Amino acid sequence: MPEPGDQGSQETEIGPLRRRLLAWMSVALGGFAATIVGIPVVGFLVGPWFAPTKTAWRSVGKVDQFAVGTTTQVNFQDASPLSWGGVSAMTAAWLRREAVDQFIAYSINCTHLGCPVRWEAGAKLFLCPCHGGVYYSDGQVAAGPPPLPLPRYPVRVNNGEVEVLAGPLPLPSNELSQYSNYASGAGGGASK
Amino acid sequence: MRSGFWHGIDDRIGFSSVLMPILKHPVPRGTGWWYVLGSATLFSFIVQVATGIALATAYVPAASEAYNSLQYITNVALFGRILRGIHDVGGSAMVILIGLHAMRVFLFGSYKFPREINWLSGVGLLFMTLGMAFTGQLMRWDQNGFWTVVIIVQQVGRVPWIGTWIAQFLLGGDTVGGATLSRFFAWHVFWIPALIFGLIGLHLYLVLHVGISEPPKLGRVVDPAKYRQWYQNHLQREGVPFWPDAAWRDVVFAVAMISIVVAIAVIFGPITALTKPPDPTIIDATPRPDWYFVWYFGVLALTPPTIEDLVIILGPLCLVALLIVIPFVGNAGERHPLRRPWTIATCVLVILMVGLFTTLGTIAPWSPRFDAPPLSAQVVGTTSGQVAEGAKLFHDRGCEYCHTIAGNGGLRGPDLTNVADRLTSDQMTIRILNGGTNMPAFAANLTPQETKDLVAFLDTRKQR
Repeated sequence: MPEPGDQGSQETEIGPLRRRLLAWMSVALGGFAATIVGIPVVGFLVGPWFAPTKTAWRSVGKVDQFAVGTTTQVNFQDASPLSWGGVSAMTAAWLRREAVDQFIAYSINCTHLGCPVRWEAGAKLFLCPCHGGVYYSDGQVAAGPPPLPLPRYPVRVNNGEVEVLAGPLPLPSNELSQYSNYASGAGGGASK
Repeated sequence: MRSGFWHGIDDRIGFSSVLMPILKHPVPRGTGWWYVLGSATLFSFIVQVATGIALATAYVPAASEAYNSLQYITNVALFGRILRGIHDVGGSAMVILIGLHAMRVFLFGSYKFPREINWLSGVGLLFMTLGMAFTGQLMRWDQNGFWTVVIIVQQVGRVPWIGTWIAQFLLGGDTVGGATLSRFFAWHVFWIPALIFGLIGLHLYLVLHVGISEPPKLGRVVDPAKYRQWYQNHLQREGVPFWPDAAWRDVVFAVAMISIVVAIAVIFGPITALTKPPDPTIIDATPRPDWYFVWYFGVLALTPPTIEDLVIILGPLCLVALLIVIPFVGNAGERHPLRRPWTIATCVLVILMVGLFTTLGTIAPWSPRFDAPPLSAQVVGTTSGQVAEGAKLFHDRGCEYCHTIAGNGGLRGPDLTNVADRLTSDQMTIRILNGGTNMPAFAANLTPQETKDLVAFLDTRKQR
């Protein structure tokens, strides 16, 4: 006769097959829940992989501002900044007016490990503060560990304004992207 | 009545019946002060969590505001400066303590049977701690923080085929921007601490499950077939309750450690000061990692370019692999370090190498000295004429960024204080115009007259 409160003994005993089925069902349901939550979580994290590469022409000043034979720092906003990016959404380039109608925009990122290179007008060299990388005024490697010349942004002159094509951060692996000029140091120059 | 109340609570929580036996579980006698490092690391983590949560109530993890919120915390908020100081110094303490703890475990052979999994969970905790240290320095989101992101992304960008994807994952896009800091904030505050909590849980469970390793003794070898029974017998014969017989040392050391951290924070505030705002258009930046990564900064500067990709990509992987393999290649045998001299040699080598590269990374002789002032008249020896013109060129053309004369200038290139004692004018001219190892050619940057002036000045540099 069942004891008060002893309700469990009235249930039918679960057979081994049903027990196994219940166990696997629990695991499967747990996997299902993890999947339906995991897909948006993982998708959100890797979203940048599927976003189109954004570029934008940014004006950096009037043509007359830049004397021939000089290299000047120009600042501009990233191609697609988020509104809360603040000053971190800016970037800079070294704009060289090689000739009356030729501009070259060098990335400030050293090709060694990305530190910002400084243009030393007296020495006519770009110098990296981090590991001693040195580039000539044409961006070619002069000394130190950089493996590649300074990357160049596409440049154009548009209605009297010099414009630089802002885009992704130059990376060694960008060779595979449309910005192959970043890796080879070729490209750039003004176009109207 | 109070006793009755406590009994009621205790009955429901199980403090006396479950927790106290755990606290008083038997541990080997004679563990001494060597065994306090693990708990000290745990307490330093708890301090980091507590101070980190407090900081997170005022810190704004948006790229546009993080710097300002840190200024507010440091300069305006009550106890803000001290809180940031505890978090800053506490982070350094945690890195030091986990390193010492790992070294102690390695030297004492405590990773041997049956504690191999504890070693592996510890390796995971070591790398999670370094991950917290790295993402933590990014949270300052100042000049150093910004450029640190660029530098790490450049490194991962070297991974073949998938480098760009890894970089985009870290950046939250194609460039450093609004999404980047948010990502690293999530890593630093949520993801990595969650992993650390999980691994600590496993680590502590295993400490209880397999027991604290007994102090090593010469001639006492670990035999997996017999160890477990031997260990149980050993505890029955010579074991002492963890609380308070062994735990008192953990408490004393942890309190001392926390007191030192707080004292430093009260006196000095955050050791690592905020640099300029995270504005990449401020070109005169000199990015440097926090002290515990300066050795790696030195490695990257000194690695030959031909093998640099291998070092950057395979170096960390090899280190992880080596640490993982340790318990599997030597999980039996002697534990005493004197019978395992290679462990002592390894630890000494690691300390020496890290110390050496940290010293080199701090001095950074490879970095140009942009702040080198023009050579004084006393050094040059004249204020007019060709020699004076040459001295002026030595500064203006950037030679002084890399070369020293009379203690002024950089360390990248040879000291030129007495260069005329070893090079003739012709040799100097050839070197200046054609360059050399790590020296650019200046032929296109100097007129013939300027070259003569420069060489004329260098010709005066002789031992007096």
